[in-house]
Amino acid sequence: MPTGSSLSMAHGSLPLSYTFFFYVFGLIAVVSAILFVTRKSPVAAALWLVNTMFNLAALYVMLDAQFIGAIQVLVYAGAIMVVFLFVIMLLNLGHADATTDIKGLGTKLLAVAVGIALLAEVMTVMRGHTIGQITLPQGYAATQIMQSGAVAPISSVLFTQYLVAFEITSVLLLAAVVGAVILAKRKDNAA
Amino acid sequence: MLPEAMFFSAVLFAIGVVGVLTRRNAIIVFMCVELMLNAVNLSFVAFAQSYGVAGQVFVFFVMTVAAAEAAVGLAILIALFRHRQTIDLEHINILKG
Repeated sequence: MPTGSSLSMAHGSLPLSYTFFFYVFGLIAVVSAILFVTRKSPVAAALWLVNTMFNLAALYVMLDAQFIGAIQVLVYAGAIMVVFLFVIMLLNLGHADATTDIKGLGTKLLAVAVGIALLAEVMTVMRGHTIGQITLPQGYAATQIMQSGAVAPISSVLFTQYLVAFEITSVLLLAAVVGAVILAKRKDNAA
Repeated sequence: MLPEAMFFSAVLFAIGVVGVLTRRNAIIVFMCVELMLNAVNLSFVAFAQSYGVAGQVFVFFVMTVAAAEAAVGLAILIALFRHRQTIDLEHINILKG
């Protein structure tokens, strides 16, 4: 179903509310990520990361990727983070003082400086490269979604051009399942 | 919205890197890696709007790899916790020469 923002994007102009909500969701995601990194308790950190992922899903929907937004909520916020919380509670690691983070203000400032340097690097790379020659016309993705739905454009590429990669993904998941079972199994029950 | 999405993607990635550098709880380090994967997914989706739907297909694959990585990584953590009774990376240094 085309949303209001997609409809207006198809006509080539972005309304102010679209930009506003894009920034709101983006800023909530960034603030949640900062809170996630700084929380002592692993459970609180995991819940802030879930918040980040929900806001990223909202950004995906605003960027005309409704299907990706849905599986972001289902797979990331739903499945992967539940596995993380499950392991935290299984190993009884919910206490805030269970681990020692790096000590010393100097070391922490160094880590933040490395992060800021990386950010500046990425910004410079993004500014330097304009890959404009193969750009689709603005609103192309939105019109495509309006014509054939949100899933059909992805699936038509996924099951033709990327079919081999899709099949290999199933082998990867099988290997991950077998590996996880073998690793988490007690050694005395083996044999 | 491409520049804005790239900005948020870069910021989230940098936050993930700082988390990996500063935290010593193995599970939180894992979650920081997930945050970095999510940041890259955001730029994939933003580029998919301008360069075709293949970017969204790649997000699909990144999510699959992230799920597999989480399953195997957390199984390793459980096995490690069983042997060492800790997941503090400061104390996990048996490979240190």
